Amino acid sequence: MNALARTFEAEGLSTVIVNMMPVWGERFGSPRTLGVEFPFGHTLGVPGDAALQTRVIRAALDLLATAQPPGPVVGHFDEPWPGDFDHWKKAWHPKQPSPVIKFMREQAEKRARESRGQA
Amino acid sequence: MPVDSYKWLPPSLKGFFAAMQIPPYDSVPWTPLAKPLAEATIALVTTAGINVRGAEPPFDYDREWEHPMWGDPTYRTLPRDLRQEQVQTGHLHINNDDIDADMNVCLPVDRMKELEAAGVIGRLADRNYSFMGYQPDTTEWRERYAPEVAAKMRDDRVDGVILTPV
Repeated sequence: MNALARTFEAEGLSTVIVNMMPVWGERFGSPRTLGVEFPFGHTLGVPGDAALQTRVIRAALDLLATAQPPGPVVGHFDEPWPGDFDHWKKAWHPKQPSPVIKFMREQAEKRARESRGQA
Repeated sequence: MPVDSYKWLPPSLKGFFAAMQIPPYDSVPWTPLAKPLAEATIALVTTAGINVRGAEPPFDYDREWEHPMWGDPTYRTLPRDLRQEQVQTGHLHINNDDIDADMNVCLPVDRMKELEAAGVIGRLADRNYSFMGYQPDTTEWRERYAPEVAAKMRDDRVDGVILTPV
C-alpha cells in the first residue's frame, strides 16, 4: 500500500492512505496517512453506515487538501469502532487460515514433531 | 488519541510486525493538491483484491494457495458506476462478508458520488482500481503496475487519490 502511495505521489498525484495500521505510513514514509481504529476489512467503517463512511472520507480529504510537507504526515480519525471488540478481534479473520498462515503452522508442527524425535 | 495499529492483531503477529526490518527511506515524495478540493478529480485505489464480476478475471488466489509466499501483483479496473452486485471478492487474508454486503467499506464509490453532488469534490474519477494487498515482494508494484496505474490516472486528469488497504 505504501509502495503504491509513494509511487503515485512521485508521479505527480496527491495521495492519502486511510489505514488501520498507520504505523506503516510512518515507517515506510508515505506522504499522508489517516489512521482509523477499525478492524481489517473495514477501512471506511460499518456496512450500511453511510454517515460514518462519509465522516472518514471527509477527514481523509481534509488531510489531502491541507497537510503540509514534509511527510510522513499522520492524522488519526478519533471515533472508535462502533462494534464489540471481543467479537471483531476474531470476526475480521478469514473463514479459513490464509495460505501463508497455514504454511507457517504446518512448518511449526513439523519442527515440533522432529524435536520430539518423530517423523 | 493516536490509533493503536496493533489493536486487532493477535500478540504473535504484533511481535512479528514490530520487529520487521524496514529499509530506511531517503525522502518522502510530495505533490500538493493542484486545485481546490471542490474542483479536484479524486480516484479510489484499494488493495481489497476485488474485481468486476465477468468483466475481468479475479485475482489469482489459486496460485497463492500453491505458493504461499506469493501474492498476485496485478490490478483490476473499477468504474465509477460500479454496482454492488458486480463486486467479486476473494482476498484470502480477511473476512470478505462486509465488502460483499457494502463495497463502500473499502471502495466508497457511492459516498464519493454523493460528495460530488454536494460540491465537496469536483468529481470521482471514471476509472478506479483494486490491487490485492498480500505482497511479500512489492517489486512488481513499484516497477510495473503502480506506474501503469499512475499513467492511467494522469490520462483521466486525476488530481488526488484515496488509498484504502484492508
